[in-house]
Amino acid sequence: MYRFAERLAPWLAILCVLTLAAGLYLGLVVAPADYEQGDSYRIIYIHVPAAWMSMFVYMVMATSSAVFLIWRLKIADIVAVASAPIGAAFTAVALLTGSFWGKPMWGTWWIWDARLTSELLLLFLYLGYLALRGALESPQSASKAAAILAIVGVVNIPIIHFSVEWWNTLHQPASITKFDKPSMHISMLRPLLLMVLAFQLLYFHNLMVRVRALILQRENRASWVAELAEKNHV
Amino acid sequence: MTPKRKQRLLMVCLMLSGVGVAVAFGVNAFKQNIMLFHSPSDVAAGAVEPGTPFRVGGMVIDGSVNRSSETLAVSFGLTDHAENITVSFEGILPDLFREGQGIVAMGSIDDQGTFNATEVLAKHDENYMPPEVAEALEKAGKMPGTAANYGSKTVQP
Repeated sequence: MYRFAERLAPWLAILCVLTLAAGLYLGLVVAPADYEQGDSYRIIYIHVPAAWMSMFVYMVMATSSAVFLIWRLKIADIVAVASAPIGAAFTAVALLTGSFWGKPMWGTWWIWDARLTSELLLLFLYLGYLALRGALESPQSASKAAAILAIVGVVNIPIIHFSVEWWNTLHQPASITKFDKPSMHISMLRPLLLMVLAFQLLYFHNLMVRVRALILQRENRASWVAELAEKNHV
Repeated sequence: MTPKRKQRLLMVCLMLSGVGVAVAFGVNAFKQNIMLFHSPSDVAAGAVEPGTPFRVGGMVIDGSVNRSSETLAVSFGLTDHAENITVSFEGILPDLFREGQGIVAMGSIDDQGTFNATEVLAKHDENYMPPEVAEALEKAGKMPGTAANYGSKTVQP
């Protein structure tokens, strides 16, 4: 797994930089302005990918936590820990960019509607997960307790997703849905999908780097780690 | 799968469904509080007492906006295409405020049935398009409407 992560990371980094550059250029320069919002809508190219990733990363974290609880696979636990700070960062970016857009467009930085509140709850779930891990002394009980928290928190994900359909919210409903024609012009949609891909690659690259570091940390008594350290003159 | 793992899998499933059901009940009980705004139909049906602060959401009726020439006072009609309500407000309106646009206003209704707003927020819809496309759609009379967003999720008192 260590070798796999080592080999994959640089490729993911290169692909990520390429799609990020292309997505930003197409989104910020080439794509036309919106008929009502003008150029302000362009924050969507950060906001929507970050918001999607905040939920996607949580799903990865909850799934690997379940795998860890059931099969006691150490690597599943490592993937969950490695994902948490990345997911928290995506959530914070989604909340901040949404706030920057909300002030000029809606007229407010923040409103306690169902979408915004449930996304804020997601941020607290990530932070709570990390805090719980840090608070417990024994690594075994920390892993188990945090895994249970991650699984319990997963009920928030459908709430975030469907909040704009179930309740009256200030946040607009989804522009891109699986079963419907996207309510976004194709010239604006393409850069957005590219940005989503770039954010996915960014996550997996970060994950690989963090997983490697965590494996080294946990296996610091294993002979192969000692050999590796010797080879690199650490 | 060993019996031990099967048992753990069962525990995880039980935990998820237990929490899921609990949250579903909780959310359902708070349904009225989670709704950000009432529609004009709710208000007409008497969902809110005069004087209690709440939010109302709907579309600004075309041609209904009345601006005072000396102060920032403005009044306009709000509709969900079933019922109408008159909103009066004094202050700065958000950029996206215009006739035919969805808004959410905070305030209360007085005895005459007028909604006195303390805050007006624009509700943007999910449609994004370049100006040329919007123009072409308008000409063809195929502009996507947002009327369906209002009143479809109304809460009866």
